[in-house]
Amino acid sequence: MPSDTLEAPAAIRELSYAEAAREALAQAMEADERVFLFGEDVGVYGGAFGVSGDLVHRFGTDRVIDTPISELGIAGAAVGAAITGMRPVLEIQFSDFVTLAMEQIVNQAAKIRFMFGGKASVPMVVRLPGGSGTGAAAQHSQSLEAWFAHVPGLKVLQPSTPYDAKGMLLAAIDDPNPVLIFEHKLLYKTKGHVPAEAYRVPIGQAAIRREGADITIVGSSIMALKAQAAAERLAAEGISAEVIDLRSIRPIDFTTIAESVRKTHRLLVVYEGVKTMGIGAEISAMIAESEVFDFLDAPIIRLGGADAPIPYNPVLEKAAVPQEDDIVAAATNLVRRGEA
Amino acid sequence: MSARKTDEIAGAGLKPNQRPELAALDDETVARALTRMHLIRKFEEAAEASYMRGLIHGTMHLSIGQEASAVGTTLPLEAHDYILSTHRGHGHCIARGAEPKLMFAEFFGKETGYCKGRGGSMHIADVEGGNLGANGIVGGGLPIAVGVGMSIKAQKNGRVCMVFFGDGASNEGAFHEALNMASIWKLPVVFVCENNKYGMSMDIGRAMAVANVADRASAYAMPGHCLDGNDLAGVAAVAREAIAQARSGGGPSLIECKTYRWRGHSKSDRNLYRTKEEIEEWRSQDPIRRLEAELKAHDRFDAAALIKLEEDAQREIDSAVEFARTCPDPDPKDLTRDVYAL
Ligand SMILES: Cc1ncc(C[n+]2csc(CCOP(=O)(O)OP(=O)(O)O)c2C)c(N)n1
Repeated sequence: MPSDTLEAPAAIRELSYAEAAREALAQAMEADERVFLFGEDVGVYGGAFGVSGDLVHRFGTDRVIDTPISELGIAGAAVGAAITGMRPVLEIQFSDFVTLAMEQIVNQAAKIRFMFGGKASVPMVVRLPGGSGTGAAAQHSQSLEAWFAHVPGLKVLQPSTPYDAKGMLLAAIDDPNPVLIFEHKLLYKTKGHVPAEAYRVPIGQAAIRREGADITIVGSSIMALKAQAAAERLAAEGISAEVIDLRSIRPIDFTTIAESVRKTHRLLVVYEGVKTMGIGAEISAMIAESEVFDFLDAPIIRLGGADAPIPYNPVLEKAAVPQEDDIVAAATNLVRRGEA
Repeated sequence: MSARKTDEIAGAGLKPNQRPELAALDDETVARALTRMHLIRKFEEAAEASYMRGLIHGTMHLSIGQEASAVGTTLPLEAHDYILSTHRGHGHCIARGAEPKLMFAEFFGKETGYCKGRGGSMHIADVEGGNLGANGIVGGGLPIAVGVGMSIKAQKNGRVCMVFFGDGASNEGAFHEALNMASIWKLPVVFVCENNKYGMSMDIGRAMAVANVADRASAYAMPGHCLDGNDLAGVAAVAREAIAQARSGGGPSLIECKTYRWRGHSKSDRNLYRTKEEIEEWRSQDPIRRLEAELKAHDRFDAAALIKLEEDAQREIDSAVEFARTCPDPDPKDLTRDVYAL
C-alpha cells in the first residue's frame, strides 16, 4: 500500500466498539494476573451489551466473576480488592445503577488515597454503559458523567470510537486511580480501525477530529460523532468547524480547547447530559476566566440535554438531547452572529 | 457462646477453677491485651481532654467501655492480617498495634500523623500495619472487606480480613450485600458487630426486627456468635475460631459483641435518650476491671504488676500527646498532593 493513500489499507482491522473494549480486557488480563472482571451477568451471559462476550471461557470464573445484583456491594468489593493489590474492572450494567453504588465510588474510592495521606491507591476501573436513544426511558438512559467529574479523586472518560474504547480502557487499567469509563450504548455496534497490539490512549488528551477556522465545537462520546457529521454539513454551507472530541472529562484538556478558540473565536459545547450545571458550564467558565475570553467574537453557546428525565416516546426522546440538526443550527447561528 | 471443654486446652497450665477461655491465654498475651485496653481507654480520655482544651477541632467518637471487643477480636489475628474499622475506630487501631503517638499526630491534624493530617479521627488508617482505615460512612467498610477477601483468595496469601461495624450499620444495605457475597464466595472475612445498643439515639429495639444482629447470620448461611462483649477472654476464644475458619477456607462468620459506650455518641451528644442508671449499670461491667479482677482471683498477676501495666500505658499516652502537640501542621501548598496517584 502506498503511504500517501487516503483510503484505509485493506489490512486494517475493523472491530466494533464492544469488541475493541473486549480486546482491551483480554489483553490486560493476559498481561497481568491482578486484573479481573466483575459485574452482573458478565460471565456466560457475556455482559448486558456483549462487552465481556466469551471472556469467561478464556479466563475462567475466578477472573470473570458474575456478581449478585448488589451495586453498592460490588463497587465496594472493587475498592477493597484494589487497595490490596488487585486491578478490578467493574461493570455497572447500566450507568443509571451507579446511583446505588455512589457511596463506595464517591466516598470511598475517590477519597481513600487523600484521606490516608497518599499511603494507599485505588486502581480500579468502572465501566458504565450510559446515554439515551434506546427507548429505555428515564431510569436506563441517563448521562451522569458530570456528577463524577465534580469529584476530585476520580477520573472520568468517554471514548467515542472503537480505537479509543480499546486504548483508553487499557490506559485506565494501568492508571493507579479510580477511573470511570462512560460508554455510550448506541456506540457498541459502531465499527472502526483498531490495531491488534495493546496500545494506550493517554488519559486527559482531547482529540482534534476535524480542523477548522470559523468555530470550535467541543463534544465527547456520541456528541463528538454528531459534531463531526454536523461539521461536514456546515462545510457545505461554507462554515469551517473545528471539532474537538474531549475523550476525558476529568482531567479535562483545557489547553486544546483554548488553542482552538484562540484560532476560531467561537465556541459551541455539545453534551448529552442535562444542560444545567453540566460540562458545558464548566468549559464556558474556564474560557471566561482565561485570557482566551478576549478572543471570542460571539457568546459561548451550550447545547445540552433538556432539563428533563429522558422520556419514553421516541419523538420526545430525540428532542431531549442535541441532534445533528441542532448542532448545525446552533453553529450557523453563532458564526452569523459573530459576523454581524 | 459455644461451651468448651477444659481438656481441649492442652498444656495451658490450667489453674483450678479458671475458665478455659482465660486459661487459653498465656500471661504474656493477657498482659498485651490488658495494656492495649488501657492504651485505648487512656487514648480516648486524653483525646477528650485535648478537645476540651481546644487542641483538637472537629468531633470524635469514643469507645470507652468497648475495649474488650476491640482487643479480644483482634488478639488472635496475625501480623499480616487486615482490619477495616468504623467512625468509632480508635480502639481497633490501637488493638491492632498502631502507635498512639502517630494516631495523636493524625488526630491533631499534623503532617506526622498516620494520614499526614488529611484523615483525622474518623479516617485513621495504618496501611502498612494492615489497618485499611476507619470510615465516616456507616457500613462503608463492609463491602470493602469483601473485596479484600477476594484479593486474599486470588493472591492465596493466607490472610484474613476482619471488619468492624455497629448495630446501626447492620440495617444498611451494604451489610446485607457484603455478608451475602462473602458467604457465596466463602471469603476469609470475619464480620464483627460491636453492638452498643444504640445507633446515635436510636436503640436497637426500635431499629431492628430481630433481637440480635447475630440472628441475621442465618440468612447468609454463616455462623453467628452472640457474645458478652465485655469479656476479653470469651471474645478472644470465639474470634480465634472464626479466624481459623476463615483462614482455612471455611468462609466468613458474624460475631456480635454486646457492649456499651459510656460516653455520648460524639461530642455533640446531649444524652437525652438513655438513663443514668443504665450507664451506671454498664460501668459496673467495666471490661478492664473485670479482667483484672479475674486475673487476681486466679493468682496470675498481683496488684503491683497490674498497676504497673496501667501506669506504663498512661505514660505512653502522655508522651504521645506531647509529641503530637509539637509536630508541624501540613503545608497548605500540598493541599492537592494526594488527590491522585501519579
Ligand atoms: C451512611 C451514614 N448515615 C448516617 C451517618 C451518621 N451517623 C454516624 S455514626 C451513626 C450511628 C451509627 O451507629 P452504629 O452503627 O450502631 O455504630 P456506633 O456509633 O454505635 O458505634 C450515624 C447515624 C453516617 N455517618 N453515615
